[in-house]
Amino acid sequence: MDDMKDIYLLIVLAPLLGSAIAGLFGKYIGRSGAHWVTIIGVATSTILSLIVFKDIVIDGAPVFNETIYTWMVVDGVRFEVGFLVDSLTAMMMVVVTFVSLMVHIYTIGYMHDDPGYQRFFSYISLFTFSMLMLVMANNFMQLFFGWEAVGLVSYLLIGFWYKKPTAIYANLKAFLVNRVGDFGFLLGIAAVLMYFNSLDYADVFAAAPLMQDMTMQVIPGQDWSLMAVIGILLFIGAMGKSAQVPLHVWLPDSMEGPTPISALIHAATMVTAGIFMVARMSPLYELSETALSVILVIGSITALFMGLLGIVQNDIKRVVAYSTLSQLGYMVVALGASAYAAGVFHLMTHAFFKALLFLAAGSVIIAMHHEQDMRNMGGLKKYMPITYWTMLIGSLALIGFPGFAGFFSKDAIIEAVHHSEIAGAGFAYFSVVVGVFITAFYSFRMFFLVFHGKERMDEHTRSHIHESPWVVTVPLIALAIPSIIIGAIYIGPMLFGDFFTGAIFVLPEHDVLGEIGQGYSGWGGFILHGMQGIAVYLALAGAGAAWYLYMKRPDIPTMFKEKLSIVYKVLDNKYGFDDFNEKFFAGGSRRLGGALWGVGDVKIIDGFVVNGTAKGVVWLAGVLRNLQSGFLYHYAFAMIIGLLLLIILFVMTIG
Amino acid sequence: MPFAIPNYNVAIPEMFVLGMACLVLIVDLFLTERSRTVTYLLSQATMVGAAVLTLTTYSQEVVLAFSGTFVRDAMGDVLKAFIYLSAFIVFLYAKPYLQARKLFKGEFYVLGLFGVLGMMVLVSAHSLLTVYLGLELLALSLYAMVALQRDSIFASESAMKYFILGALASGMLLYGMSMLYGATGSLDLGEISREVATTKMELVMVFGLVFIVVGLAFKLGAVPFHMWMPDVYQGAPTAVTLYIASAPKIAAFAMVIRLLNDGLYGLHMHWQDMLVILAILSMAVGNIFAIAQFNLKRMLAYSTIAHMGYLLLGILTGSGDGYAAAMFYTLSYALMSLGGFGMIILLSRAGFEADRLDDFKGLNERSPWYAFMMLILMFSMAGVPPFLGFWAKVSVLRELIHVDMTWLAIVAVVFSIIGAFYYLRIVKLMYFDKAEDNSEIKQDLDLHVALSANSLGILVLGIMPGPLMALCASAIGVM
Repeated sequence: MDDMKDIYLLIVLAPLLGSAIAGLFGKYIGRSGAHWVTIIGVATSTILSLIVFKDIVIDGAPVFNETIYTWMVVDGVRFEVGFLVDSLTAMMMVVVTFVSLMVHIYTIGYMHDDPGYQRFFSYISLFTFSMLMLVMANNFMQLFFGWEAVGLVSYLLIGFWYKKPTAIYANLKAFLVNRVGDFGFLLGIAAVLMYFNSLDYADVFAAAPLMQDMTMQVIPGQDWSLMAVIGILLFIGAMGKSAQVPLHVWLPDSMEGPTPISALIHAATMVTAGIFMVARMSPLYELSETALSVILVIGSITALFMGLLGIVQNDIKRVVAYSTLSQLGYMVVALGASAYAAGVFHLMTHAFFKALLFLAAGSVIIAMHHEQDMRNMGGLKKYMPITYWTMLIGSLALIGFPGFAGFFSKDAIIEAVHHSEIAGAGFAYFSVVVGVFITAFYSFRMFFLVFHGKERMDEHTRSHIHESPWVVTVPLIALAIPSIIIGAIYIGPMLFGDFFTGAIFVLPEHDVLGEIGQGYSGWGGFILHGMQGIAVYLALAGAGAAWYLYMKRPDIPTMFKEKLSIVYKVLDNKYGFDDFNEKFFAGGSRRLGGALWGVGDVKIIDGFVVNGTAKGVVWLAGVLRNLQSGFLYHYAFAMIIGLLLLIILFVMTIG
Repeated sequence: MPFAIPNYNVAIPEMFVLGMACLVLIVDLFLTERSRTVTYLLSQATMVGAAVLTLTTYSQEVVLAFSGTFVRDAMGDVLKAFIYLSAFIVFLYAKPYLQARKLFKGEFYVLGLFGVLGMMVLVSAHSLLTVYLGLELLALSLYAMVALQRDSIFASESAMKYFILGALASGMLLYGMSMLYGATGSLDLGEISREVATTKMELVMVFGLVFIVVGLAFKLGAVPFHMWMPDVYQGAPTAVTLYIASAPKIAAFAMVIRLLNDGLYGLHMHWQDMLVILAILSMAVGNIFAIAQFNLKRMLAYSTIAHMGYLLLGILTGSGDGYAAAMFYTLSYALMSLGGFGMIILLSRAGFEADRLDDFKGLNERSPWYAFMMLILMFSMAGVPPFLGFWAKVSVLRELIHVDMTWLAIVAVVFSIIGAFYYLRIVKLMYFDKAEDNSEIKQDLDLHVALSANSLGILVLGIMPGPLMALCASAIGVM
């Protein structure tokens, strides 16, 4: 076991070391030094993660749950750094390190001419470290550390081009919105600490069933189920990090960051932290149907309504961003339906194909000289064959084309919701089914607009279009492979086998996957079964509709836009979330701030307290400074006065 | 009356330091200017040797010797070890500074060694007589050291002030001691302790106690007996300031414990209130005045005054845990103070004192590493986690709360927030302002290494404060 401990430590620390070297000594080691040192660090983690995965999942090594370092012990509560490595963790480790490695390699090409090259590599390695700390945590404190650390790196990277005002706006927005989520998350952790008196997962999970019927009074006279409160508070954190309505507003704007980041952080890994967290906390969530229902409803709203927004976007990255939102909604729906395994399974397949889509979009953006508007693209197929094919694979996986990775995970979620009996399941089923059509529609709208049809770019750009260098295409191909096959390979063990036994806990009455699993007969059978459902045809219809509307009859969308201008406006304004936030929260806080500033700050604090004390201090200092005059007899006098005062106070009072 | 041979064994480190100090004094006479390094090396060897002697005989046992005037116990040994360490670092940091100013003479080291001897006697004192003996040996060395730079009128002036005020304070202390002697008929602290517990002569006792507390407050630099500190810190050569600001504070802590706890614990309820007043005044004056300073040495003097306030908070609890917290605070303070003045020495060069706050402007551009080291020191002094200073403050405040003086803990926190301002201002100057002076930092390798180790040590101890805390607790005997 001890050598395993060293391996886990190495997995976590190798990217941190790479990050520190690239960040602190970037000037000395140069650009290639920076990418070598970080890539070696992350590659080490990747290889070791694969070994761990083999050990835990394939060879069935026992679950590792040990404390590495005790930071402090306060009133019996231990603040520790420790690792819990089971099948869920091992899977996340492989996904995180593999996608991160691909993104590292890709970055060499994408950021080739950027002056912040070393800084960028330092950040993404730091991110890898933070994300690993998050998924490997065996206690809430470390979870929170990882949670905040990935948030910090995300903030730094969205604002990576810090001279661009939109990037600064976007990273501030991401930061503020995540603050809201983290506030809930922190309250959730506080509630856990308060009632369980421990931050250790194992302790909390073991004690949780005893607490099922416990209530707490937040508002006097109102009894709330403790588990529901904890579950919802923690989920608010997940809503921020995994961009669920209404805390989703930061994710589309986060596309201001460089594309590799969008792939790594805002598609494949960090935004799935919320999904991972809820799956990890399944022993708590299982105890509260209220919390599960909330999760289900929020997830289905996100899945459906965020997908709709993808249709009206013209920025290639924003289309992918909205599709990420919608897919995160799918994962959350799965969690709400107690199909944690399906959510995590979709998390994994999504990580591969969405990273692929982002990196392919990035490849297009490189070729177009950092032009991101799809209206200026078209007909790129013949210039960029590798990007074209990999993008096609990614899109097919995303829409759930039978056989591709996304098909298995998405169909499993739809089936699971269908079987769920929890409140809100009907609405959720409707959302995820309609969502399939929408997903296919906007995905292929983007695909056709970019690669087919007329070449709408200007002459100068067209003469320079060429396929991206190998550092870009190799990661594309490396991600395309799992996007095709990973679903078929892992659907059996992960959803219907004992892959997650011990890591994810589901009550028998919630076990929708078990129900589906009774009819399961291999991945081929699953495809056949899927072909009898409606979802596959909706996906094909969506893709077909996109082809018809944007390739065949491009006049129809224009007409729609004119005839249904209200609908278009609502979608174009993203349902007004941003305007509402801008006016109500931002404007309101500014006005509140203004009022507090005018009265509280200027008059009371500045006028009375600060300037008042400052004046007081100046006056006092003026008086006291006379004592500190430099004259010896003044000093001696002060001592005598002090002595006399002490005598008066202490000796005279005895008499 | 039986004639017993005193138990010399317990005082071997003291005798060793005395012997070596005399040796250095004589050897130095025969050295040429160029071979002065021998003096330096001998002094350092003395510190190492003393440390070896003290640590090899370390035990929890309490041994009295020399007719009960001298005590060897765990607290004394630990404090002595840290005094050697401080003096070692002082000698190391001071060398390049002294060399650049033609002050690299034997006197600095001889006086330094005698000062260390004074501190050792003070730490091990178990009689009013030995307390006074150690105190004066230390103080006289310090007076002379401050005046070392004879041609500087600032140094001479501050030495003069220090001497006269010091004499006044000594007088008060002696007067208090004579009152105690009159009331108890003994100079022995153990004897006094027993007398105090049963005495009827409370008035005389408290009268004497006031004078003793004044003497202690002067030594620590607690308000209103602090006036000498800013002037002396600023006027003395930085190497000497470094010395005054570190080891003697450790000795002063020991002196407070010996007199107030070992001797006068029976009057705890009286001296507790006195220390409360001194502590609040020190935190207030130290932190507020420091804001108005533009000279770093002067600022650190006020910072020291504030730190002494926090130190007193630990002592005034009168509990073993409180003493341990105060001891932890003292040792932390000594390390931080060494680092702070060490940074001034690092940035100084012949004919230039880097003791204005402006000299730290833009340090990050000149040397990111030392800007980071200074950042550690400033954060630690301000009490920001996870640095050592944070734990020092936390442990003192915790002990205050344990003895139900939460209000005082809140006052202390408020003042430490005010104090954070001037520490963080330095960080701001280093990182956000443009450098006025872009010359390269050229110093000997040993200074670089020691100063980095000093600062990183504060970071490491901040992350793992456990062992040092445990050491303090076991030295005080509250495990």
